Amino acid sequence: MIDLFTNPTALADLFATMLRLSVPLVFAAIGGVFSERAGMVNISLEGSMILGAFGASWGAIAGGSAGFGVVAGALAGGLLGAGFGIATVYAGANQIVAGIGANLLGLGVAAFLHRLTATGRAAENRVPGFADITIPGLADIPIVGKALFATDPMTWAAILAVPLAALVLARTGLGLRLKAVGENPRAADVAGLSVRLYRLGAVTLCGMLAGLGGAVLVLSQVFLFTEGMTAGKGFIAVAAVILGRWSPLGAAAACLLFGLSDAIQLRLQFANTDVPYQLFVVLPYLAAILTLVGLVGRSRAPQASGQFYRRESR
Amino acid sequence: MSVDLRRLAAGPAVPVGAVVLALAVGGLLIAATGGDPIDLGGQIVDRVLLDYWGISDLLARMAPLLLAGIAVAIPLRAGLYNVGAEGQIYMGGLFATVVALRMPDDANALLAITAATLAGALGGALWAGIAGVLKARRGIDEVVTTLLMNYVALNLISYAASGPLKAPGAPYPYSPEVPDIVRLPLMMADTEAHIGLLVGLAVAVIARIALARTAWGFGVEVAGKAPGAAHYAGIAVGRTTIIAFALGGAAAGLAGAFEVIGLKHRLFAGFASGYGYDGLVVAFLAGGDPVWSMVAAAFMALLRTAVTTLKSAGLDATAVTIVQGLIVLFAASGLALQRHGAFDRLFARTRPAPTQPPASASGTASASGTVQP
Repeated sequence: MIDLFTNPTALADLFATMLRLSVPLVFAAIGGVFSERAGMVNISLEGSMILGAFGASWGAIAGGSAGFGVVAGALAGGLLGAGFGIATVYAGANQIVAGIGANLLGLGVAAFLHRLTATGRAAENRVPGFADITIPGLADIPIVGKALFATDPMTWAAILAVPLAALVLARTGLGLRLKAVGENPRAADVAGLSVRLYRLGAVTLCGMLAGLGGAVLVLSQVFLFTEGMTAGKGFIAVAAVILGRWSPLGAAAACLLFGLSDAIQLRLQFANTDVPYQLFVVLPYLAAILTLVGLVGRSRAPQASGQFYRRESR
Repeated sequence: MSVDLRRLAAGPAVPVGAVVLALAVGGLLIAATGGDPIDLGGQIVDRVLLDYWGISDLLARMAPLLLAGIAVAIPLRAGLYNVGAEGQIYMGGLFATVVALRMPDDANALLAITAATLAGALGGALWAGIAGVLKARRGIDEVVTTLLMNYVALNLISYAASGPLKAPGAPYPYSPEVPDIVRLPLMMADTEAHIGLLVGLAVAVIARIALARTAWGFGVEVAGKAPGAAHYAGIAVGRTTIIAFALGGAAAGLAGAFEVIGLKHRLFAGFASGYGYDGLVVAFLAGGDPVWSMVAAAFMALLRTAVTTLKSAGLDATAVTIVQGLIVLFAASGLALQRHGAFDRLFARTRPAPTQPPASASGTASASGTVQP
């Protein structure tokens, strides 16, 4: 454990593992930020992630390359997000309840389609994923070099998506309108914005990003779809949104924290094979809960978050 | 408050419609994979509803589903979302197992069963109580905490069954069998239908009376619908939150205890997998009402029992999960449309005064939106 922080190779490994484990969370959490800033509490990230993972696996195998997988994964996650949006924004279903239903639906559809399409032979189910791209020179930077410059395109997409999302929310008209819809839908409506359309768009985008998060699992990490492979990562991303105080940068930082605790638990697991692994596996979940306990008291959710907006009630 | 007969009549119509619609989709899925949904429906009726063993299976599954539904329904009345019944069931099972394994073979059966049962309820209540305290004292979103705690509980059970509680020399991680003395008596001879269901039914009735007929229940309702007003009226919202969660957790803990001492007779990882999440479906279908939860639990038990028939027909049982998800989405959407008078407008009858709350009403996600029918 001590040499983990003194030995440069071990530290570089830990950094790389942390980043790798954070990337799926970062995509999903940025999606969650967009959704919540538009006033939509979306706990169906888990469902979109698992659907995205299946979509990516199916798309990559059917299309023969990882690029098809990315598109199919985002579409699959986005479809569930849109369904959630129609139920909550247009029919007015309670967002938490609909989120639970959407999670069940995503889990069921992914498993159903997987069993329908998967063949018995393991080799045929292997997904053509992304290969690591090494940038000579930069990859030799101590500690962070290997993690950042000998990595797959999805990691870079995630790293770029964070400032991009922050920029969109803070500096563009679109971001301003999304936030207006989430903070004060009535005022936004009076100003001529279609609250429903913006909210539906936000949760659909959210589903697509969560789908990308699931796609990362398949295309960059496991190269195989398995049922239940998201194992609560979508819910950890929801916690990251709250912990990051509804900002892309904050959420990404929270994801790195969860990724780090996950990386450390993996390390501890392999270093202490005599200690039951379950005691380490719970660390990321505990870290998420404990950081919420320690930090969240002072933060404030978007004003209209979780509330159904009904135009006639103006 | 007068009784609105039209509303009462419209109440079950929407959830039933949601179920029918979702089942239709399930039927299409089965047809798409080469099954005959009509014939399969007949088989399910034959094998589950018209068969001694089928009925006993259904009753054995209904017990944990009903209790898990109540575990969600009680906090729901207080405007709280307990997405952690799954973990609370596991903890109830753990506590019950620890107590049950310490029972001497010559103990009094009634006492032994009561002790294990109460231990289970305590385990669930403590686990849920943590989320309640965090919500009440620190304002931490209970959806996220209860969800994450499910994974902690699952791994705790897995650890207990592979370490401290592992049966000596067992090839797989599971605990020794609990002594005969703590096993629940059966309702139907030679089957798996234990009397846990009767306890569950009693708990449902008591919960309904407590929620609908007592000052405490009224406080819960007010705290759920208007926390500001509740505070003003002298209702301790924080304490109501914690108690509602602990009571819900106790019901889930009972389910876990019964699953161990009534059915599985030992503890292992995921011994009651999925009941907590199914409990959510039960509670929402029943509109948060413990008594309607009986009907919803029976229906969900039917779905779960039908899985066996699906599998024996060579069909994919994951269709059932899809149907469950659709039921929740359809029912939640339908109830919301009903609440906002959409159906009234559709049928152009005399329209009742709109009762929806103003969109700017109250703060957080859990305080807004109710799921009453």
